[in-house]
Amino acid sequence: MDSIIEGFRKAFILIFNLDAELLGIIFLSLKVSGSALLVSAVIGIPLSAILGSKKFPAKGFIISLMNTFMGLPPVVVGLFVYIMLSRSGPLGFMGLLYTPSAMVIAQTILAFPIVVSLCHSAIVGVDPIIKQASMTLGATPFQTTITIIKEARYGIMSGVIAAFGRVMAEVGAILIVGGNIAGYTRVMTTTIALETDKGNFELALALGIILLTISLLINAVLHFIQKKGMVKE
Amino acid sequence: MGLILSISDIYKSYNGKPVLKDCSFSFDRDSVYVLTGPNGSGKSTLLRICALLEPPDRGEINYLSGSDIVKKDTELKRRMTLVLPKVGVFNTTVFKNAAYGLKIRGIKGKEMEERVNKALDFVGLMHKKNQNALTLSSGETQRLGIARAMAIEPEILFLDEPTASVDRENTGIIENIILNMKRQDKSTIVITTHDMSQAERLGDIMLIMSECRIIQG
Repeated sequence: MDSIIEGFRKAFILIFNLDAELLGIIFLSLKVSGSALLVSAVIGIPLSAILGSKKFPAKGFIISLMNTFMGLPPVVVGLFVYIMLSRSGPLGFMGLLYTPSAMVIAQTILAFPIVVSLCHSAIVGVDPIIKQASMTLGATPFQTTITIIKEARYGIMSGVIAAFGRVMAEVGAILIVGGNIAGYTRVMTTTIALETDKGNFELALALGIILLTISLLINAVLHFIQKKGMVKE
Repeated sequence: MGLILSISDIYKSYNGKPVLKDCSFSFDRDSVYVLTGPNGSGKSTLLRICALLEPPDRGEINYLSGSDIVKKDTELKRRMTLVLPKVGVFNTTVFKNAAYGLKIRGIKGKEMEERVNKALDFVGLMHKKNQNALTLSSGETQRLGIARAMAIEPEILFLDEPTASVDRENTGIIENIILNMKRQDKSTIVITTHDMSQAERLGDIMLIMSECRIIQG
């Protein structure tokens, strides 16, 4: 019990002293997950809009695939990206393995289906009358699609934030493709795993507290967005 | 120069069941036409086809400007509008809803503000301009739909059952709005209603539909 209390005490000292190593790890975590989320959102939101508004042969298959991939095990993604990026793999020539870029790729694969599935649900949830209203007022098909995306904005934001929560908390994939190299590819979750293994609880606990705080903030933002989207009758 | 709408031998079916048969008519400028008839007689379908929201299976729709046939493109679609019986309002303020048609036409700034304010004032919603449109009553929502259409100053305004889902008080308000529009004489207005007395109150020309056909014009 004393060691746990001592661990918490040292963890708070690290946080309040703004320890350089700690800040570096937090910054890299946010950079990797933020980049993965940006890529996922930039490609995923337009794709979900197309899935929600157009009819084409592979549409059902893509939706099912995205729904299935929402539950992808991170270690499987890590393994897949590792094989692709390893020296003998098809993308080995790019030399990305054990770099933050490899971690962004792995996390993008994890975030993308969540963004697409949840944004698609939000877009198809928009009342079809909105599309008709937009068309009757002279909107082009592109303007109508933008209007529908705007109407689904709260659901879309919820989807993006849910994906961010998933990749921030993920450890398996980035551990495999990033290699957990100190000062280069070491992020919050991989540090927690490593330091716990080593018995150095203070840094692990400090990062755990910060990760929980970030999760709490994400959920608070999500709650705020959803509440804002609900209009009192 | 205002648009003249001419339809000839329009036929439309859904799942093999005809909803419009051989409908022909010419809608001249600056009059109020009322399409009336029982539910299911094809009024709303005819209005949607006239507003170019869906094509007929057979027949022709022509918009004429003078003696020239106007090409059916986005520009033509922007010279008319249809207010649906269930007005789809966007999750934003009443003002932004009313400004939508102008915004997508690239009309901004002072001109947009003036036209939107004028339209909202016309339908009696000026005091609610900053309120979220989803909080309006059904009657107010219908009035917002009319304001949104008026703001774009269409040459032809289609109103599909504008009072079908509103109470008696709002029916009176909406009828007065339509009568005021009629006095302004700026647009051709085509209204559908199943209420014969309303048709008589509002229309210059009454068209009766029955069994998928215009039987009296």
